[in-house]
Amino acid sequence: MKNCLSLLAIAAIGSTFSTLTAADITGKVTLKGTPPAEKEITAFKTDKNCGAAATGSVMSRNYVASKDGGLANVFVYVKKGLEGKKFDAATESLKIDQVACMYEPYIAGVMVGQKVEIKNSDPFMHNVLASSKVKNPTFNIAQTRQGQVDSKSFTTPETFVTLQCNVHPWMFSYIGVVDHPFFAVTDKDGKFKLSSKLPAGKYTLEFIHRKAGTFTQEVEVADGAAKEVALTVDAK
Amino acid sequence: MLCALATLLLICLGGVVTSKGVGMAVPDWPTSFGYNMFWLPLDKWWGIGGIHDEHLHRLVASTVGALVVVLAVWAQLKEPRRWVRNLAWIGVVMVLIQGLLGGLRVMLDQKEFLASTLGVWFGIAHATLGQVFFSTLSLIAFVLSPTWHQFQVATEVRSHLSVDRWLPWIVGLILVQLMVAATMRHQHAPLAIPDFPLAYGQIWPDTDPATISTINARRIDPMNERDLVALHIHLQMVHRLIAVALVTLVMGVSWVLMKQGGLLGRLGRLWIGLLLIQFCLGAATVWTNKSADVATAHVAVGAISLMMGILLTVASRMRCEVRISKVSPCSRAKDFLKPASPTVAAEGGAR
Repeated sequence: MKNCLSLLAIAAIGSTFSTLTAADITGKVTLKGTPPAEKEITAFKTDKNCGAAATGSVMSRNYVASKDGGLANVFVYVKKGLEGKKFDAATESLKIDQVACMYEPYIAGVMVGQKVEIKNSDPFMHNVLASSKVKNPTFNIAQTRQGQVDSKSFTTPETFVTLQCNVHPWMFSYIGVVDHPFFAVTDKDGKFKLSSKLPAGKYTLEFIHRKAGTFTQEVEVADGAAKEVALTVDAK
Repeated sequence: MLCALATLLLICLGGVVTSKGVGMAVPDWPTSFGYNMFWLPLDKWWGIGGIHDEHLHRLVASTVGALVVVLAVWAQLKEPRRWVRNLAWIGVVMVLIQGLLGGLRVMLDQKEFLASTLGVWFGIAHATLGQVFFSTLSLIAFVLSPTWHQFQVATEVRSHLSVDRWLPWIVGLILVQLMVAATMRHQHAPLAIPDFPLAYGQIWPDTDPATISTINARRIDPMNERDLVALHIHLQMVHRLIAVALVTLVMGVSWVLMKQGGLLGRLGRLWIGLLLIQFCLGAATVWTNKSADVATAHVAVGAISLMMGILLTVASRMRCEVRISKVSPCSRAKDFLKPASPTVAAEGGAR
């Protein structure tokens, strides 16, 4: 009993130490210049179900930027610096929803082995076709019922696994798959925050925007210190 | 004729499915959402986006299959020419393979194979065989028609043989062109080159990685978010070059045929007309950003152009056989003709 308590105490101290020595990486991606204009998805006007489900004009979302240029939908992850380290898949699921004939979110990240729950919130059918350029499992499932959820997971790091609906071929979603928990997707203001459990060390961060391109930045984080990263990308 | 027209309709429906990128809207095959294909309730597919297009394509394909079997059985019982009977049964084999290719294209869509996926390879084979199948059925319809039996052999004897030699090569080039087109379409890539007659404002566009990256960054197409690669641009450039070569060749050959007059002259006039329409449709496909209806019309006229070339080749081949025999139709030419036709028998006997 005494030994057990000692072990628990050591584990608790270890956990606290781990929290203290971990570093936060936050940052912002800014788009400079004028990107091409987004286009209206005119198919909503001819599809009775989707037309009824959507409110107003539905636009493509290749470049979503705030007024000050904060670029959304950039997948950020640690590309180098974690070699040899193993991480258990997160227990919570990534949730991908199909609502009003659009995938939400458009860009997402998930760990290898982490569950991905794909839901159909629309009162009509979608199919979900997953495509991979590496060895990830691919599938094509029909979601005929409103509220239907199918769970999947991926086995290999990849940016990106593509989800597409062929019933409504403008519906796309992209999932970045990595083998650690240190990834994020920039929000509507272009901001992101990586998991606070990143150990101190030198890392290469990779930023992937489907249109603007792929960029890397070297960062060094110290024990318990916060690190602010800024990236500016030029519209081509 | 009914089989051929139904097949042309089927090609159009297939063209719509590929143009809209909805080939995977029904994930299973030969069932549809677990139902027997023929008993899928109407409210589960009629008017519902890509399901409508894909399921209708399957139903019409099944109908065409049944019609071709009926045609083959009829030919077996009623048609005296063995080669026509054989052609009808070849049609049955083709439609079976075609159905299987369509099914495999759905079932093995994502399986990697030869730097692509089986879905893409089966799609290319499915599209190409579809066009050849249409030509086969049209040929059967042609040789069963009164036009074939009224073919004025005597007036064709002094034709230009060098033109006849070109015809199979042109048909081969059309087939190559259709295969290039099928490869372009079944990559499911966005429109590779958005302008015509130039390509990105140049005679031959740059395809280095930096240029491709910029093209992809600037391209906004809500209906097709896939990235372009250099291969897509190269394929379209090859397609354009072959198109120019084909129009030139067909104009030359048709001009000679038209001067000859007769059935071949009429077919030649029709052929060059089709090629010119096809060329314009190709340009319109670019200018409308691969609008599904224009792209489908381009596919359909491509199929008819191939069919016309095959009909001309067969008809001219029969004429060649006649010419070689100089005084009377050779046995092979006789075999092409239906013995029961009194008109043809009389003409053959007159020489």
